[in-house]
Amino acid sequence: MVMEIVCPAGTPASLRAAVKAGAHTIYCGFNDETNARNFPGLNFDRGEMRDGIAFAHARGSQVLIAINTFPRAGDEALWHRAVADAESCGADAVILADPGLLDYAARNHPGLRRHLSVQAAAANADIINYYAKTFDVKRVVLPRVLSVAEIAAINAEIEVETEVFVFGGLCVMAEGRCSLSSYATGLSPNMNGVCSPASHVEYHEDKGVLDARLGGYTIHRVEKDEPAPYPTLCKGCFSAQDQTGHLFEDPVSLNAEQLIPQLQKAGVTALKIEGRQRSRSYVTQVVRNFRAAVDALEAGQPMPEGMLARLSEGQAMTTGAYKKTWR
Amino acid sequence: MPHPQVSIPLFPPILARALKVMPLAPLSLSLTAYSRKIAKTHPGLFRRLGEFDHTRFVLDPTDLPFVICLDPNGGVPRVTLLRGRGEGAARISGPFAALIGLVHGAYDGDALFFSRDLVIEGDTGAALALRNAVDDAELDLAQEIASISGPLARPLQHLIAFAERRTGVCLSRPEEAEAW
Amino acid sequence: MDLTVGPNQFFWSADRWTEFYDDLAASPVDRVVLGELVCSKRLPFFQDRIPDAITTLIDAGKAVALTSLALVTLKRERKQTAALAEMGVEIEVNDLSALPHLPDGTPFSVGPLVNTYNEGTLAWLASKGATRICLPPELPLTSVATLAKVGADLGVAIEVWGHGRLPLAISGRCYHARLHKRTKDNCQFACEDDPDGLDVRTLEGQPFLAMNGVQTLSDTYASAAHQIDALTRAGVSALRLSPQSKGFVPLCDHYRQLLDGKLSGAEVAEAICGLDSNIRLSDGFLTGKRGVDWSGKQPPDSHHR
Repeated sequence: MVMEIVCPAGTPASLRAAVKAGAHTIYCGFNDETNARNFPGLNFDRGEMRDGIAFAHARGSQVLIAINTFPRAGDEALWHRAVADAESCGADAVILADPGLLDYAARNHPGLRRHLSVQAAAANADIINYYAKTFDVKRVVLPRVLSVAEIAAINAEIEVETEVFVFGGLCVMAEGRCSLSSYATGLSPNMNGVCSPASHVEYHEDKGVLDARLGGYTIHRVEKDEPAPYPTLCKGCFSAQDQTGHLFEDPVSLNAEQLIPQLQKAGVTALKIEGRQRSRSYVTQVVRNFRAAVDALEAGQPMPEGMLARLSEGQAMTTGAYKKTWR
Repeated sequence: MPHPQVSIPLFPPILARALKVMPLAPLSLSLTAYSRKIAKTHPGLFRRLGEFDHTRFVLDPTDLPFVICLDPNGGVPRVTLLRGRGEGAARISGPFAALIGLVHGAYDGDALFFSRDLVIEGDTGAALALRNAVDDAELDLAQEIASISGPLARPLQHLIAFAERRTGVCLSRPEEAEAW
Repeated sequence: MDLTVGPNQFFWSADRWTEFYDDLAASPVDRVVLGELVCSKRLPFFQDRIPDAITTLIDAGKAVALTSLALVTLKRERKQTAALAEMGVEIEVNDLSALPHLPDGTPFSVGPLVNTYNEGTLAWLASKGATRICLPPELPLTSVATLAKVGADLGVAIEVWGHGRLPLAISGRCYHARLHKRTKDNCQFACEDDPDGLDVRTLEGQPFLAMNGVQTLSDTYASAAHQIDALTRAGVSALRLSPQSKGFVPLCDHYRQLLDGKLSGAEVAEAICGLDSNIRLSDGFLTGKRGVDWSGKQPPDSHHR
């Protein structure tokens, strides 16, 4: 079976662009704290979601709704409503991370298919089987800490489908288990759906030298004509002992395009593209590229050479944890 | 891995010089009228700005001798062209073609930013909201202009038609063909 | 309010490790969680000391629990996690991967690295047998209060991060090894040189984070010294103190006296900073705008902003 391309959409226009470019599946979120890309100007109100899903379904694509932040104590109703609305909007599945919300969805919306978000960081077969048994989760998005060999080993021990990231921003930390952002800015992926939020970013350019600050901390400094990274905390430039550099991760983004055949052999069902915060131009280019790749694979042809470098952060690519040396 | 560079056309300097002496007041008025028309046909654009719908943006085409100040003004926008830097909560600078390309979805904003073709100063969150809102609106500036009538439309239509003929800057939205 | 000592987050020599728990036996804490939290490669170095330490602490009247690893991926780590359930001691789950290994009906506690953010998750954990939950340090006081109330109804004791460098992130990648240009498999235990983590500074020299193998911690030591009244009112039943290499037993004493009303928050904060000149404090996750904020006065020569 051809591998499924799961594409991000931050806006209705991006959703339509993704469908037209050949995405099998699109994932998106409501315009509030319930999703992990709660950025200004992004996401879908209820009407837009209903229309977007109808547009996708009419053209044979599926839509998944990410409700993958951790509900705030005392305000769970907002998240519960999101699950209910996802079902009534016609979503093909919801992507959830919080055990309490998974439990709620399984009890109250048993007919709504559940995927386990990467934010749950389910990184071994034991916990995946446990989520499958406990909440009837049908698919797990694997955290970006695993090598291809480990993914293959996991797939040999589980029944549910797996989805892995193949392109876009790369979390160095186990997803859903990082509070670097709220430590420095007060806003976190888990609670607010943002990481290193733009509202706390300041750029200062002086004689071509560009400083990027987050919450007052200088995270990056690049010379004239060097690519400018966004000051994401884990990809910042820091010093320890006598070394200064990208101590956690370089400002690179993931591109596992050339690993697609190996990922298929490892039993992976779906390939996920990161970037709900990116433009419809990005969506169109990346989807075309990956759709061509999986179609080539299905037809027994070699992987086409990628042309996606310019879309990447710092314009540099990595295969991340998929190759064990990354660790 | 090689980095294929998409080269962004610059506004021809000779034309840019001609714009230096052009009176900006009439153009500002036309652009305001133009933006209000867009606000009517694309209300979602200003809704998407959310908390930034009263934030003043400065768009700085670095190859043109003026800046464009945009006050969304809660959906009743005002556009003012100014010589000099202009004042605003957020500033987005880059070649005119890059700014127009963003509006038309021909370029990806993050990619232009990573390559430093685009520079953001001030309130980054506001700049991002504008970028996202504009990206969703699927504007086609040339088409919008063609449908403007009245005396205010004249200077703008002249400018755009001239620019498009002479600069290679893409002023209409590239067709998003159905690939499958 | 009780005092719990969390698992040591750092890599100490076996002798230092043993000495630490021997000393704790005489300290005024109620409960000790021990074992390896951060990196499965460290465990063999002190594994055989664990049973004696447990015995010593139990003899001294402390309740004892064993922590699970924070991130379980490798086969070895899955085995280690499964083996925990057979130790005959209460388990503190710090990765939900430990849950499937616990026999049904076994009571367990939940550590701060499990995402207990809301009533639904708390109730679900309680239904599985959780009797005590240390909340994630990121939670604000309002969430703590809501959860403590639900915990009281469900018979789950709620604990809050009271002192120590904050565990901000865990990764598949080892930063100590990366810094020393080694692979994780050949790390040569570089993290052993930094018994409280290695300071990470910004480009302008501000202290910001601390690296500890695959874990990233805050530079600041979180301290609930100024929050005791609020936490008591919220119904929190225990304060968690996270081990540090210098002056930990005196530190436990200070917090005990604070809870007993014999020392003020300011006095405790000052005493803590006196234990080690490299300590800067924070309590922003509970009441501040951001985690790094501190509601009290910083010592005059600290580089804190």
